[in-house]
Amino acid sequence: MSGPYVPEIAIDREGNEHVVQGWQDDFYGGKLGFWLFMFTEVLMFGAMFMALAYYNTLHPQDFLDASASLNRLLGGINTVVLLVSALTMGLGLLNMRVGKIKEAKLMIWATIILAAAFLVIKGFEWRAEYNHGIFLMHDQLLPGSSLPFGQKLFFGLYFTMTGLHGFHIIIGIGLMIWLLKRINAEKVRPDHHILHWNIALYWDIVHLIWVFVFPYYYMIGAGGATGGH
Amino acid sequence: MSKTYFDETHCAIGHPKSTFMQWMLTVDHKRIGIMYAAVMFFYFFIAVATAFMMRLELLAPGGQYLDGDTFNQAFTLHGVIMIFLFIVPGIPAIFGNIVMPLMIGAKDVSFPRLNWFTFWLYVAGTFIAMASLFTEAGFADTGWTFYAPYSINTSTNVIFTLVAAFVLGMASILTGLNFLVTIHRLRAPGMGFWKMPLFVWGIYATAWIQLLATPVVGITLILAIMEKYFGIGIFDPAKGGDPILFEHLFWIYSHPAVYLMILPAFGIMSEIIPVFSRREIFGYRAIAISSASIAGIGYLVWGHHLYTSGMADTAKVIFSFLTFFVAIPTGIKFYDWIATMYKGKIILSTPMLWALGTIVTFTIGGLTGVTIAMVGVDIHLQDTYYTVAHFHYAMLGGVVFLLFAGMHYWFPLVTGKMYNEFHAKAAFYTQFVGFNLLWFPMFIAGYYGMPRRYFDYLPEFEIYHQFSFVGAVIFISGLVYMFVVFYKGWTKGEASGTNPWNATTLEWHLPSSPPPLENHSKVPYVDFNPYEYHHGQPKVKFNYETMQRID
Repeated sequence: MSGPYVPEIAIDREGNEHVVQGWQDDFYGGKLGFWLFMFTEVLMFGAMFMALAYYNTLHPQDFLDASASLNRLLGGINTVVLLVSALTMGLGLLNMRVGKIKEAKLMIWATIILAAAFLVIKGFEWRAEYNHGIFLMHDQLLPGSSLPFGQKLFFGLYFTMTGLHGFHIIIGIGLMIWLLKRINAEKVRPDHHILHWNIALYWDIVHLIWVFVFPYYYMIGAGGATGGH
Repeated sequence: MSKTYFDETHCAIGHPKSTFMQWMLTVDHKRIGIMYAAVMFFYFFIAVATAFMMRLELLAPGGQYLDGDTFNQAFTLHGVIMIFLFIVPGIPAIFGNIVMPLMIGAKDVSFPRLNWFTFWLYVAGTFIAMASLFTEAGFADTGWTFYAPYSINTSTNVIFTLVAAFVLGMASILTGLNFLVTIHRLRAPGMGFWKMPLFVWGIYATAWIQLLATPVVGITLILAIMEKYFGIGIFDPAKGGDPILFEHLFWIYSHPAVYLMILPAFGIMSEIIPVFSRREIFGYRAIAISSASIAGIGYLVWGHHLYTSGMADTAKVIFSFLTFFVAIPTGIKFYDWIATMYKGKIILSTPMLWALGTIVTFTIGGLTGVTIAMVGVDIHLQDTYYTVAHFHYAMLGGVVFLLFAGMHYWFPLVTGKMYNEFHAKAAFYTQFVGFNLLWFPMFIAGYYGMPRRYFDYLPEFEIYHQFSFVGAVIFISGLVYMFVVFYKGWTKGEASGTNPWNATTLEWHLPSSPPPLENHSKVPYVDFNPYEYHHGQPKVKFNYETMQRID
């Protein structure tokens, strides 16, 4: 598996030559595989959104009340942070493709910082909720509390889904640090950047999921909102 | 003798000297397939032993050997192993790995390192699944379906099993992903989709199901874990949740999973029938498309598991009709296979015997499935032995029989040796008789109302359980017999040559048997259909040095 890969040639009965696609150096295959993997992520979150929508129809008022108490300011800032990070990620990939490696690395660092900022803001948000007695296995979400079923479900799913999303952000930061190491080792180059491409795709899915999480959790109760607490 | 994949390998990490480490780190699809088979059959025999314990308990009414709780754990263990550890990874992981890349003329799968990682993810999953056997709380007693709210409230160790099912699901997704990209990207030049062998079509349809259905059950199990340990009332009505939602989400995966098991098995059937009839397969495109449409329609039928769970009558009728529709492409396949045999030169070798046996057993399994797809009949037969007999006829008599057929068919390819035909046939007949004696009485017992998953029963059902027990003894003897034949064949069998069956597909056109490390010496150009016979002889011939056609 060392040295440049030279694809094989198959010869048909007329003597024409056909290049054989090997598993090595298969840019399109790598992309296809990662797209398929992202498809499974969408399905996974999709099933959770389905559960969310189903319980929304069972407890519509509880969902609105619970949503109204979320902090739309912090959630909104996080949405902007994540959208900008998607932009920096994309710019990093564009720079890599035209050979501007230094700029590409700078953009990846910017994405990492924005991702970390997202986590910090999320942490403040969760802490405020915890202090209000709303957290998994805590105070108001315990089975014995008087909070209505629908609100408990809403918050339970909220912590599950934003937690799972946050986990994806953490994985993403790890992937980007790995990507920087690979760029430094010249394993990812302008002519061989499938890893960069796929991590950018991953980051797009992560922000895209948030784009659906934000309205469904934060915005449905905005009508009855007091502007966050 | 030239070097085979047993002599050398590529490794995921480094170049280890010891043979053991070379196997552990191998990225060669053929070795990985063999390792899958070894692990799977290890667990398979544990599950068979568990099943036999249950049969022993059920030999007479009343409790003898197992108490009720242990019995509940026993059928859960049996189900979890057979479904998640054995039959779901099953044929794709074994023959999808070993044979599929050979069939399309590829050097390996698209992501060989991912394939290696997937195998170890699978092994890790099996360990997690088995770990709870040794914890204080004991193995789950919920049945393999983990229905809420019982799975949320039981004191047994369900979490290990749920996590294991999630990890095994991940492995399944990654296998499917790998195969999808392999089939899309690595087919030999000239091999369009309509020139692929039908086993590859079966794997292709399966891979889509693995990819599209498994994430849903994965997240469902995660939600169940969140509920159990963080008290979110997602599925427990006492906390405001809805247990029916669990059943829906579970079966949205687990019903397509049934087709995920059977489609590659049908693929094996489609390989064996033309080879041993020495005829081009009848209705190639119909079989290929029926695989795809079974995979498609299979998504829309999950509701037939919920007739008695509480569902709108309209939905029941719709699901019932959709379930009938699934039987149509399956029927098309069976007629095509039978039409292939018509006027063929049928050779009753062991693989063909297994395939023919499956036509009998799977037809029984399939048609009894259609009867319980009817809402009224199902209300009567739900959760009885009728259902148990139905899915064992379909799964054991369909999937596993065809897996055995495939094992006999590709045995010379994998090992380069031939087993003893006489003993292999005797093992088949033993198992076929034992199988029918084991399961057929259950249809009758179920029809008269014997419920499944009970460790005790009314005396009137004793006769059926006694027949079943005798059948189980015969079946397991046949099973052991078969594996002894395999073992003898591998150690002492005669060299088989590269193409002992006069088959046409590419995996039989290798330079040596067993195949060398990177498969075909050269990638051939494919300008022929997969099953071309002329006067009972393969039409396409190759020079195995250059892989160019010489016919």
